[in-house]
Amino acid sequence: MVDHAPSFDASLPQAARRPLPLTESAGARTALITVALGFLLLFLLLPLIVVFAEALRLGLGSYWAAIGEPEALAAIRLTLLTALIVVPLNAIFGIAAAWAITKFQFAGKNLLITLVDLPFSVSPVIGGMVFVLLFGLQGVLGPWLAAHDIHIIFAIPGVIIATLFVTLPFVARELIPLMQKQGTEYEEAALMLGASGWQTLFRVTLPNIRWGLLYGLLLCNGRAIGEFGAVAVVSGHIVGLTTTMPLYIEVLYNDFNFAAAFAVASLLTLMAFATLILRAILEWRAARLLARSRLH
Amino acid sequence: MIGGAIAIRQRSIVPGFGLSLGVTLSYLGLIVIIPLCVLLLKTSDAGWAKIWMELSSLRTLAAFRVSFGVAFLAAAFNTVFGCIVAWVLVRYQFFGRRLIDAMIDLPFALPTAVAGISLTQIYAGNGWLGAALATAGIKVAFTPLGILVALAFVGLPFVVRTVQPVLQDFDRETEEAGALLGASRWNILRRVVFPPLVPAVMTGFTLAFARGIGEYGSVIFIAGNMPGYSEIVPLLIVIKLEQFDYAGATVIASLMLVASFILLLAINLLQAWTRRQQGG
Amino acid sequence: MRIEVKDLTKRFEHTLVLDRINLEIRQKEFLGLLGPSGSGKTTLLRIIAGLEFADGGVVEADGRDVSTLGFEERKFGFVFQHYALFNHMTVFENVAFGMKVRPRGARPDKQAIADRVKELLELVQLGEFEDRFPAQLSGGQRQRVALARTLTIDPQVLLLDEPFGALDAKVRVELRRSLRDIHDATGLTTIFVTHDQEEALDLADRVAIMNHGIIEQIGTPNEIYESPKTPFIFDFLGRTNSFECVIEHGKARLGDKELPVEADIPDGRGVAFVRPHAIVLSPPNDPEPTQDARLLGTAILRFISARGQRAVAELLYERRLIEAETTRESLKELGLSIGDKCTVSLRLPRIYARREAERQTGIPERAAARPPFRKRLRSRLSATPY
Repeated sequence: MVDHAPSFDASLPQAARRPLPLTESAGARTALITVALGFLLLFLLLPLIVVFAEALRLGLGSYWAAIGEPEALAAIRLTLLTALIVVPLNAIFGIAAAWAITKFQFAGKNLLITLVDLPFSVSPVIGGMVFVLLFGLQGVLGPWLAAHDIHIIFAIPGVIIATLFVTLPFVARELIPLMQKQGTEYEEAALMLGASGWQTLFRVTLPNIRWGLLYGLLLCNGRAIGEFGAVAVVSGHIVGLTTTMPLYIEVLYNDFNFAAAFAVASLLTLMAFATLILRAILEWRAARLLARSRLH
Repeated sequence: MIGGAIAIRQRSIVPGFGLSLGVTLSYLGLIVIIPLCVLLLKTSDAGWAKIWMELSSLRTLAAFRVSFGVAFLAAAFNTVFGCIVAWVLVRYQFFGRRLIDAMIDLPFALPTAVAGISLTQIYAGNGWLGAALATAGIKVAFTPLGILVALAFVGLPFVVRTVQPVLQDFDRETEEAGALLGASRWNILRRVVFPPLVPAVMTGFTLAFARGIGEYGSVIFIAGNMPGYSEIVPLLIVIKLEQFDYAGATVIASLMLVASFILLLAINLLQAWTRRQQGG
Repeated sequence: MRIEVKDLTKRFEHTLVLDRINLEIRQKEFLGLLGPSGSGKTTLLRIIAGLEFADGGVVEADGRDVSTLGFEERKFGFVFQHYALFNHMTVFENVAFGMKVRPRGARPDKQAIADRVKELLELVQLGEFEDRFPAQLSGGQRQRVALARTLTIDPQVLLLDEPFGALDAKVRVELRRSLRDIHDATGLTTIFVTHDQEEALDLADRVAIMNHGIIEQIGTPNEIYESPKTPFIFDFLGRTNSFECVIEHGKARLGDKELPVEADIPDGRGVAFVRPHAIVLSPPNDPEPTQDARLLGTAILRFISARGQRAVAELLYERRLIEAETTRESLKELGLSIGDKCTVSLRLPRIYARREAERQTGIPERAAARPPFRKRLRSRLSATPY
């Protein structure tokens, strides 16, 4: 058997000496980048520009006035209050659920995970509706609540509960895969060294998951602040009392008070930016940690 | 200990099963399970007559057509452009790539109401783009086309973010092997690169589709909400609630859940079949 | 502390992971649990540690049922295969952890903790590394931190899960020495799990070989290596040549030679296991080469692999391949090349019942299946000069 080693023969025609097609042609590449950037420009960038342009349409003075309105301030206060209550509660739930699901084996785990994911997969309107059905005047507990003069629907507690529902999965969804990957070895090690359950949780588990936890908190917070559909159903749009910032925007817009609506919207947009920046930082950090651990 | 009694589980040295499961189930029970049970209860209360009435109402049928139809189209639209964006972000280097990559998540982070009013402002008859389009005879706001635009916005990140990691982990050596075997670039793309991406693309499509069906905040501003034309199912539910027609609202909500469930199941099965075709 | 395992049983789904294990570990003993993966050795270790629970049987420490003992009384130190160091804490904080988590009353003061940590880090030769983080340490260093960390709780028993599994060869050998030194210095009863027979035989006072949830044999390394009770053990501990024989009246007939046999092997078909280095090669037609070797017959040299000082020769004997190991020089002296005939003799054969050997190891079936591939491979190689 004679060997034929591949070689470059200068006498071969030009076509045979073409480089390997390992990437698209320059023309194709330019076209794709243009299409992608054009698409993003149209769909992402333009709306952003519009928010700020419209907010400042009537000038900076009008902008501050719109934000300084007592009803606007009340909306801001309510939004922040909601986030302040909802995020810690869902964080505790997320940690508890992730602990139960990832540290133990038991029947029905999959069902539990599905239930935790449920608020994520239903429309937010349904998220609000179920509480109207439960606490509303004609709801299951309606008469009882009315008799005791407790107001949930069309009052602040309803807003908070509805937001609690839609943001419930966020922290848990971040923690569950993370803790599953980490396994139970660290906890076992701590327990073998004499730590109690709580000591293990605070000194070993939580530090181990801190970046995932932060990320989950960030997502939960972002959604809590921006939630519209569920809150719209339960709040009754009582301006100054039960309108969160998104709802207040709706009220302003429907009153043709465009500049004010966009002024408030710009605040939310800035908060969204902050969320994105923090997320990027956390992701960058996580990538760096991953690269460093790979060295060993 | 509660844990050992109620759940069938393997014993473990790690403590806190009872407490963590207890907290989890109580919280879920109060916030998710009981409310959803109420939904089921009210639906069954409504009775078959009511269900049939809603099902045959033209308004309801139109709303379902709009919601599901436009969501499907928007998801398809996002699939095409999302794939292009994912490809460009992973494969090419260009100025501002990192920044743009971070911005992809904007529709996730931006409140839907903000997106809603902003998009309306752009595509209304006298809007930033709407004016130009109007002269060409194209009306976007207050039509199903407007709904499409809104759903395209909120669904934008889904396909990109599901395809990106798969593309990033893609083994370039298979492409090199294809090239060495004499395939043209297009053939390599078509036969070697795209097939493994199909499951991820389908997942992204499904997520965008599911999101689009239930979307409310970003749609109601731009849609115009004309019954039978540009009214979406979530809005119909809200209207029924405002009219205190709880039974009607629950029936429509349940129908929506069932229809979504069936569709998602179908897509999942299709996905599983595709994966099997590719050899798992 | 003395540990006794009595009739320990563990099931996982439908498999019997541990089948009525009985084992006694003496005070200050360094015991190795050796076996292939799936043999149940790690499960046994974890049950002794209290990390898992048995379905039947009991573990006793100094006569008392371990499951009734609280942590303070039991104090078993456990080192995980991948060390499970707390990544967000420095080496110092990792080692100090066991002392810091003690209840208020029993907790030593800051200075006492610092002193003890320093003392233990010196013991494992990591005194300079107090302020490093685990990510900055090599595998061997991490293992030593894990060891120091577990020593802070003043354990009575030390349990090690594949202590060298995650390390490369050179580091392993160094760490073996230091582990043995630490054991001698502390006098702790130590049990370790490994699948590496060289490690087990090198380190342990006694070795328990496990297979499919039972202990096949317990003994000193010498006992196990020289007198393996079952074919599995023989095959697990090293490369094996097998020869078929017939057992009659307490003697094994191999060809036309007779070999003595253990008393309790039944008559019938048997198999003789021989190590490669116990196969002696001599020039063809040589009647009786050495005193203690039994002449087997003539074989054809098929393949030679000279690896440094050792030379491994593959020979075709009665249509099967056998492996002989000798020194490079001896092979040169014989002046053989591939295709030549030579005489083979056996030393130190162990006889087993053939059925048991087949069941446990798949030998001799396996050997017969080898030739075709080897034939194809060798036809492409030129004769290796040696």
